[in-house]
Amino acid sequence: MIGIFLTGALVIGGLLFLNRNTFVNYSLLIVYLVLLWILGIYEYNHLNVSQFVFFKPDSLGILLLLTICVVSIPAFYHSFRYLSRRNEDSRTRGLFFAAMVFFITACAMSYLAAHIAVIWIFVELTTLSASTLIYHHRNIRALEGVWKYVFICAISITFIYVGILFLSLSLKQAGLEDMSFDTLYQNSNNLNPFWLKLAFLFIFTGFTAKIGLVPMYTAGIDAKDKAPGPAGALLSGVLMNVGFVGIYRVYAVIAHTPLRQWADTIILIAALLSVFVATVYMTRIKNIKRMFAYSSIEHMGLVMLGLAAGGIGVYAAILHLILHTFVKSSLFFQYNQIYRIYQSKSIYDVGNYFKYNKAGAIVILLGFISATAMPPSGLFVSEFLIFQSLFEAHHIVILLVVLILLTMIIWGFGSNIFKLLFTPPVGLNENELPRISPWESLSQYILLALAVYLAYNPPATFVTLIQDAVKLVP
Amino acid sequence: MTDILLIALAMTLLYMSIANRIFTYLRILVFQGFLLFGTTYLTLSNINTLNLILIMLETIVFKAIAVPFFLRYIIKRNAITREAEPYLPNFISLIVVTLIIVVTITLSSAIVDENLDKTYFVVALSTLFTGLYLIVSRKKIITQVIGYLVIENGVFVLSLAVGNEMPMLVNLGIMLDIFASVLLLGVFFNKIGDVLKDPDVNLLRNLKD
Repeated sequence: MIGIFLTGALVIGGLLFLNRNTFVNYSLLIVYLVLLWILGIYEYNHLNVSQFVFFKPDSLGILLLLTICVVSIPAFYHSFRYLSRRNEDSRTRGLFFAAMVFFITACAMSYLAAHIAVIWIFVELTTLSASTLIYHHRNIRALEGVWKYVFICAISITFIYVGILFLSLSLKQAGLEDMSFDTLYQNSNNLNPFWLKLAFLFIFTGFTAKIGLVPMYTAGIDAKDKAPGPAGALLSGVLMNVGFVGIYRVYAVIAHTPLRQWADTIILIAALLSVFVATVYMTRIKNIKRMFAYSSIEHMGLVMLGLAAGGIGVYAAILHLILHTFVKSSLFFQYNQIYRIYQSKSIYDVGNYFKYNKAGAIVILLGFISATAMPPSGLFVSEFLIFQSLFEAHHIVILLVVLILLTMIIWGFGSNIFKLLFTPPVGLNENELPRISPWESLSQYILLALAVYLAYNPPATFVTLIQDAVKLVP
Repeated sequence: MTDILLIALAMTLLYMSIANRIFTYLRILVFQGFLLFGTTYLTLSNINTLNLILIMLETIVFKAIAVPFFLRYIIKRNAITREAEPYLPNFISLIVVTLIIVVTITLSSAIVDENLDKTYFVVALSTLFTGLYLIVSRKKIITQVIGYLVIENGVFVLSLAVGNEMPMLVNLGIMLDIFASVLLLGVFFNKIGDVLKDPDVNLLRNLKD
């Protein structure tokens, strides 16, 4: 099935790029979505069955694959609205959709890959396709964003590659040549600890560019700022999950060895710094889109805190990751409507959003409640579990610091969001405002509701899948 | 013999730290390409011939000829000034790069592992860190790209150290090389040249908070 999917995606992407006809274009996208869903359902029914040599859908892969299936439907819909409203010519439209198809395919494949080199290849492909999405507007700002993104990602994949080389050196001692994750898990105690340490350090640093943690988070912020809204939603949702998968699988190898304590410390430092950096920017930022991007950095920091704390924290981390994908995507989808009304990203130019677009304003309010993890948001549950795990792991000081930082984030986030929603704007000509159909906000409501539903009343299969994914880390 | 080639590679790093003109950097890149060509031939004796030819072609055609020529073309076309414009004096750069090499040698002497040839390790790591240093200490975008190419050369040396057992990893390294260089140079540097007349990092400094 993976072979069929890859061929299908390649053909569809190629046709999208060549095709100029609007009708054919959209039918191809629908065919791709159907293919993606078939892949999701097929892999769900073939859990833990090795396929196409290098792929093995385990529980974590399935969870994230189904997440991407859900998010890609509104992503295509909003891209369609976005491009048709801007009257883009058929060539740029084809390029945009082809890049999006390749991007989603590369993300989906990297979730399922069972070999570290295969993950690495698909991470490269996400960089390539993401750069096309970011450079969509073809002006100097977009160029700057894409240049920084490509350069930092090139360095990050070089780091991952060096990490893979060190991993192969640590395999030498065990007399192994196969670098699939199953072999690594089984033989983790025979690996040379020194090289394993170096490998983890390099691979972790490399993947921080994708997941958005200190030290390489910077590229992602500019990318999400410059990419069109729907592409930004994918960049801050499914692409960050790619980084998580990479880190999680290598961490699972090291978690079977005595080095786990050391790895936890590294992850804790990176996570804490990420939350700190997010706080510093969130409290003074004036650009709405970048504010959403920094909020993602904060959430990834929390996910990593949960992973490092262990225990219930690992479960909470995976839950948090999935819920965050839904919440943050819906905020990014909603962002385009704000821009259509005010024609500005700056917080100084916006205000009284409730008056101009009621349905959208409620999405923003609910999204704010969700992203700051206030009940009844779904993220409240996962964040609460993360804090509980930190408490149980005796990281009291870290817990206190994080709680103080999160309070500051809520203040910064809230003061901007309430300015947007309730304060009257300056110099806005009310006669020429576009009317926005409430139906365009429907998908955001569904995503936000899904995040609440999955947290408070999770289906049994969902819980089993997460529990199964947690078993990778003993 | 491989030791001589690898040490020569480490020496080019010292030269690179004090070079003034961009064209000197390009000549060093060409020279490094040839050094890697020789090292590949001498190191990878156990892998099959077809794969060896592929890897050697990559070093000579891609690293030593195509990329430097393309950079030269870009420099000519965009009329980039020939100064490298470092932020720090050359003397300090020289000391920094020397320190990098000394530190990697000290580090590697602490490692006990008979599976690894330490010359590869030392040269690879010092090339990698010198590349990172070049990126942060030079002003122009093109010197940053050159710094990245230096990093790739270092990584390539490291992949040769494990190449006999796992040729797949060397092939992956080649993929990285071609992919990243084409992406960085072909697509974007060309565009930057079109949009900006004087490609300077300072013009790409507006996205910030």
